[in-house]
Amino acid sequence: MSALQQAPAPAGQGPAGFRSSPPAGARARRRRSTALRLATAAFAVVVLFAVDVLLGTYTVTIPDFLRILGGADIPGASFIVLENKLPRAVIGLLIGVAFGVSGAVFQTMLRNPLASPDIIGISYGASASAVAAIVLFGAAGAAVSLSALVGAMVVAAAIYLISRRGGVAGYRLILVGIGFAAVMHALVSFLITRTDLRTASEAVLWLNGSLNSSNWDRVAVLVASILVLLPAAVILSRSLQGLELGDDAAAGLGVRVEASRLGLMSTAVALAAVATAAAGPVASIAFLSGPIARRLLGNRPSLAMAGLVGAVIVLAADFVAANLIDGTSLPVGVVTGVLGAPFLLWLLATANRRGQGG
Amino acid sequence: MTLRHEPAAHLPRATSAAPGAASVPAPGATPDTLSAEALTLAYDERTVVDKLSLELPAGKVTVIVGANACGKSTLLRGLARLLKPVTGSVILNGTDIHAQSTKAVARVLGLLPQTPVAPDGISVADLVGRGRYPHQGWFRQWTPEDDDAVTAALEATDTLALADRNVDELSGGQRQRAWIAMALAQQTGILLLDEPTTFLDVTHQVEVLDLITDLNRRSGTTVVMVLHDLNLAARYADHLVAMRDGRIVAQGPPSVVVTEQTVSGVFNLECRVIEDPVSHTPMVVPIGRHHGAAPAVHHPSSPGGREPSRGYRPNPQDTVPARVEAAS
Repeated sequence: MSALQQAPAPAGQGPAGFRSSPPAGARARRRRSTALRLATAAFAVVVLFAVDVLLGTYTVTIPDFLRILGGADIPGASFIVLENKLPRAVIGLLIGVAFGVSGAVFQTMLRNPLASPDIIGISYGASASAVAAIVLFGAAGAAVSLSALVGAMVVAAAIYLISRRGGVAGYRLILVGIGFAAVMHALVSFLITRTDLRTASEAVLWLNGSLNSSNWDRVAVLVASILVLLPAAVILSRSLQGLELGDDAAAGLGVRVEASRLGLMSTAVALAAVATAAAGPVASIAFLSGPIARRLLGNRPSLAMAGLVGAVIVLAADFVAANLIDGTSLPVGVVTGVLGAPFLLWLLATANRRGQGG
Repeated sequence: MTLRHEPAAHLPRATSAAPGAASVPAPGATPDTLSAEALTLAYDERTVVDKLSLELPAGKVTVIVGANACGKSTLLRGLARLLKPVTGSVILNGTDIHAQSTKAVARVLGLLPQTPVAPDGISVADLVGRGRYPHQGWFRQWTPEDDDAVTAALEATDTLALADRNVDELSGGQRQRAWIAMALAQQTGILLLDEPTTFLDVTHQVEVLDLITDLNRRSGTTVVMVLHDLNLAARYADHLVAMRDGRIVAQGPPSVVVTEQTVSGVFNLECRVIEDPVSHTPMVVPIGRHHGAAPAVHHPSSPGGREPSRGYRPNPQDTVPARVEAAS
């Protein structure tokens, strides 16, 4: 089964033994094992969230943290927790989930691990648009986020329309996307070389993807969008089961192929876009989460697991980025970017060994 | 050629439903009906099926044959509502198939495409479980009924022992049985199969076709399939439809349809038709240019302009561009 629906394992299958056919038994066993692994991943997210908030260069004890949440004003600690650490961890968690789910939707639907939004140019579209806003119009803050959002949507629509002729075949969309990525990349480089040093460094900082400027306004926007988009992804993910079998088989099963695919792609693009708007194009999360989640579940795709893995990667990477060098907080994208390249090579190496194209 | 349809008396019919029969159509329930009326199908500008009308006999095995690119697979896709007709319509149970919800259609009509793709690492049981999609909804998730349908489909296709294996690891014949099981789990009264024997060796071709016949006889499933092999088609079909250039050339029981004239008209193949010693259905023996290809029937009265039956004759199906000949 794909997607998020498998979460709760049916506790008792009724009076088993009577009609419990072998596949049914195997299905029930696997559901329990999937639920257990999801719970473990969720626990890892909670632990990393706590580590991010409590530990690091400025350590807060759990009692102090609870008192701060309760409204007590501890000089220094209250400000750091409420205005820096907490929003930072919340945004890290949410963009991890958003990127993870977005990547897994694309990868499952197009049956190709390379089909994640950060490879097929959607993140680059956001980057180009945001950098253009920074460099050409001196935009900052919310304006940059908004232009990133619009850029991602426009590029995604362009990729969809161009690759659509004769049905959206997976590899076509990926190739068109990689083409767009190259163009957008060139555009970003051009804009950065044509501007003054201060603006350029501002743009580069945004391009790295960083949680350093997290604040509660961004949290609010992100929470609101994700509250709409995640349920949409859950509902639409049902048709992924059919779409995975190819267009004809899916249509034979009663999936409305074009409508479902358009809905899934829009949701996935929107998830990637709001996450990019909140923290910049944090590298590789969308690309890494799906395949890792798949392996954790014994080669079965799961959007829920991909979301949790995404959150684990962002929270862990952000903790490393914030504490690796004393006194400086590196952008989180620097750490995740370092993870991406070796993973791509490993993916291609193992894919070739199984005789399947990457 | 005649359009009449004789009851296929030469085929023995099993009367009792075997235990573990997969599909549901309850005895006494009216069988689902499917027909095409003046159906024209096209890809972009290219018309592939031209004003074709076809009634598929309920509860029977219909096989569509024809040369490559005659539009038989396209017709099957049209019947399965995967292509929207340019004109005409496909009628399922009395109403236009495109006017019905696609999910409701999927509960009545199942489809096995020609080369379906199994997702990486999916198990047989999971693949078969996907066939339950049209029976599920947002509020109706996996139920014991679905488990039963999957188990029955696995039993009917003899793939129960493979349930936990990965589809990638299976042999061609096993994989095709798994896909048929998925279509069975859908529990439809009509099953469309596009060349279910492609890429299989002859043993597995017969195995798959026997399996499909079992399903038809046990549960009265209406089967419509496209086949390449004319002899297997003649053996397994109750109703044979021969197509050429997007039109039906002949249809009816194989004993009526498969004649030397029809085969040469449909396939541009000179041949002899003899009786299959096993099934007593017509069997086509092609006459090539070599290996004792004496004219099958000598026509002393044939006009002198007759093509030589030995030596090189261009295959009318091959469209060699003229400039190639000019260049040589």
